[in-house]
Amino acid sequence: MNAVSRQRLVVVGNGMAGMRTVEELLARAPVRYDITVFGAEPHPNYNRIMLSSVLAGEKDLDEIVINPRSWYDENGITLHTGDAVVAIDRTAKTVTSASGRVVPYDKLLLATGSNPLMPPLPGLDLPGVVSFRDIADVEAMLKAAQAGQRAVVIGGGLLGLEAAWGLKRQGMPVALVHLMPTLMERQLDVEAGTLLQRDLTERGLHFFTSGQTEQILGTDKVEGIRLADGREVPADLVVVAIGIRPNVALAKQAGLDVNRGIRVGDDMATSDGDIYAIGECVEHNGQVFGLVAPIWEQAKVCAARLAGDQKAAYATPPLSTRLKITGIDVFSAGLLTAEDELDSEVVYRDAAKGIYKKLVIREDKVVGAVLYGDVADGAWYFDLMRQGKDIAAFRDRIIFGQAYADGPGGNSGLDVAAMSDDTQVCGCNGVSKCDIVSAITSKGLTSLDDVRAHTKASASCGQCTNVVQAILSHVTGADAAVAEAMCKCTEHGHAHVRKAIVEQGLKSQAEVREALGWKTEDGCAKCRPALNYYLLCAWPGEYVDDQQSRFINERVHGNIQKDGTYSVVPRMWGGVTTAAELRAIADVAEKFQIPTVKVTGGQRIDLLGVKKEDLPAVWADLNAAGMVSGHAYAKGLRTVKTCVGSEWCRFGTQDSTGLGIKLERMTWGSWTPHKFKMAVSGCPRNCAEATIKDFGVICVDAGYDLVVGGNGGIHLRGTDHLCQVKTEEEVLEYAGAFMQLYREDAWYLERTAPWIERVGLDYVKRRLIDDEAGRKDLYARFLHSQTFAQNDPWAERVQGSEAHEFKSLAMVG
Amino acid sequence: MDWIEIGSLDDIPPRGARTVESHLGQIAVFRTAKDEVFALINKCPHSGGPLSEGIVSGRKVTCPLHNWVIDLGTGEADGPDEGCTNVIPVRQEGRRLLLGLDAHRKAAVA
Repeated sequence: MNAVSRQRLVVVGNGMAGMRTVEELLARAPVRYDITVFGAEPHPNYNRIMLSSVLAGEKDLDEIVINPRSWYDENGITLHTGDAVVAIDRTAKTVTSASGRVVPYDKLLLATGSNPLMPPLPGLDLPGVVSFRDIADVEAMLKAAQAGQRAVVIGGGLLGLEAAWGLKRQGMPVALVHLMPTLMERQLDVEAGTLLQRDLTERGLHFFTSGQTEQILGTDKVEGIRLADGREVPADLVVVAIGIRPNVALAKQAGLDVNRGIRVGDDMATSDGDIYAIGECVEHNGQVFGLVAPIWEQAKVCAARLAGDQKAAYATPPLSTRLKITGIDVFSAGLLTAEDELDSEVVYRDAAKGIYKKLVIREDKVVGAVLYGDVADGAWYFDLMRQGKDIAAFRDRIIFGQAYADGPGGNSGLDVAAMSDDTQVCGCNGVSKCDIVSAITSKGLTSLDDVRAHTKASASCGQCTNVVQAILSHVTGADAAVAEAMCKCTEHGHAHVRKAIVEQGLKSQAEVREALGWKTEDGCAKCRPALNYYLLCAWPGEYVDDQQSRFINERVHGNIQKDGTYSVVPRMWGGVTTAAELRAIADVAEKFQIPTVKVTGGQRIDLLGVKKEDLPAVWADLNAAGMVSGHAYAKGLRTVKTCVGSEWCRFGTQDSTGLGIKLERMTWGSWTPHKFKMAVSGCPRNCAEATIKDFGVICVDAGYDLVVGGNGGIHLRGTDHLCQVKTEEEVLEYAGAFMQLYREDAWYLERTAPWIERVGLDYVKRRLIDDEAGRKDLYARFLHSQTFAQNDPWAERVQGSEAHEFKSLAMVG
Repeated sequence: MDWIEIGSLDDIPPRGARTVESHLGQIAVFRTAKDEVFALINKCPHSGGPLSEGIVSGRKVTCPLHNWVIDLGTGEADGPDEGCTNVIPVRQEGRRLLLGLDAHRKAAVA
């Protein structure tokens, strides 16, 4: 036991700012304080930013709770909800609550937030007039929506627009009145504001811009509003969302220094050194706060100070804004327009597509950005702005985004590798790429929820979810992440499901779902392909492959490309081809006007850009020349790469090409948990790069070294040495047995590399080397399974199998 | 609005989809395990991926390009993703399938 009595911290305000400070404090100094929290609302701490999503019906109230009551218990925090603090006695160092509780403090944290700004309008107190601030407001709005009434929202800023959109989504006719000529004028320039109004009008909102509300009409309840120009708008619900005002009443009454907000210094302390304040109730250097990013920064500083750090200091970071309206992408940061002749504006405008981008540039540095319709590069522009980076080198391309700034023909889409470590990914929570990467690697995170829980990235407004996901995929390997449960349809993990299929003799997906208590009737896109594979592996020749549980690539036996066309890769056994095959490929490329013909890393030829309806005819022509599918799309055997070996090479020790062809002939057509690649190198110089394959053979004078579990890709992993064998027959036996062990043991979408790391190389050696009978059984099971698997899918489809896949049902209009 | 016949329920595999070419662009017509039929514009709200190629489960389809999950009934993306694709009205009369399209367009069933 710690004999020193702990200090007492009282937090006034159970909102996002106060609780974030407490979380930060617990992380730094978990036992320093006895903490008591007072909240005026009856709820636990919730994410106020997401109220608009609750209103729009996209989230439930429980989904926006940040810290449930159990969290307070677990951390020894005393929580009083529905009990506002009404007085502070700074001499006695106590607070008094509405219910009469008197609680002493050593340190006090004021996080009283803000109140909605209400204009002095006649009729404001009528029933049916609400603000958009807390759960009670949202409940009142939802109730009105259910009654099928009409709504007027006053205020065309972020909050007002989100309220209006939410009500519209609930089925209410909504009119929005805004004092200024264009919407969101503080975040958007006139052009973007006009586009926004146009798009929202198309979605059924009505606007009264330059509209000054003069009076709220009604006698017993609200009936409408009247504008200064005399127009009247009928309404049963009026939502006032024109802004917020710091809630300073308690601080003022306690005699603290208060202006617009409670004045704090860089240390977040008020004029009384034992009283801190944070969030929307404070004023720092004349500035008050409404967005979440600077408030999280304040929470960090305040927690550090409370934990005893004398140096932590707050400075307002640059801010960016996004709007949470489904399908409408808006981003803005910094200046909206050029301020003087030193500034210039770079503008991109495509009215038909509804895209508008403007950058404000000063001395070759980005000082402002307004994006509408395409905000993919928002984070990048913001990053350039925060870093004050000189953009002269790519100024002429900057408006087209990061992909083009690095040179023409750069990668489109998100390039995680190109992001600098300190790129801010989550603006809400101030989380950089580096923070996310280090959390993933040091804590072994595998899911988005894990990353959210550990870093807070994408845990507030969720706009950066895709980026966080991309980083996660980048770090963990595209689809290597294997969560505990297979998916949301079940609590069971892969291992349990695989075991149950074999032990309980489950022979169809429906039986598996029934026996293991699936929560969904027909599974989901995650578990269906996995179950399909497990059943196929467990019951070869018995289980009928379910095409509807296969990813499109495996259904049409081509690789879907980003434009919806496909790529076709014919098999080239061991990377060896003939003039006749090349001629057939050339003919096909010309006949079907295939735009790109490329040599792959797996020693074959990729035909890219084939239209889906052409696929059967392309395959028919390739089949006619003796070629079959290369399964370049499959979770199955891909390719066996070879070098020329002893037949030609002066260093070659064995016939690596011939052995590669034998391996490919034996293993083609097999389905595996993830893709499976092989290579045979004719000598230890290893020209076929066998040491980064799932199964590799390196020929030596004495025989063949077998290596397993390698891959290239994001996480380069060299192979482990399995053993050395003397004959080609043994190579084939070990290869088949290894593949079968992987097929039977690994989880769906688990490559051999993570599988071996999970089960250990010793286990693989035990099964394949120590247990000779077991190895022969595995090999026999593999060959048995192959008797059902080695049918060329292209030939089957040329014969008319799955014909519905390749033509449309009807043409209308 | 006109109801235009596009084919039979049997033309679509259960938990699958077929496409219909129209003046609105390509339309994806889905059939669920329970033989409910839905139609959406065949473009994922995320990056335009062909939803007809996705895996259908329950009343949802998963886009083949980046795994967005789209509700077949509303065309909306599952949270936390946000986006919506247009829903086309579809009616079943026995096993016949009819799409609700603008009145002045004529049918030309392939």
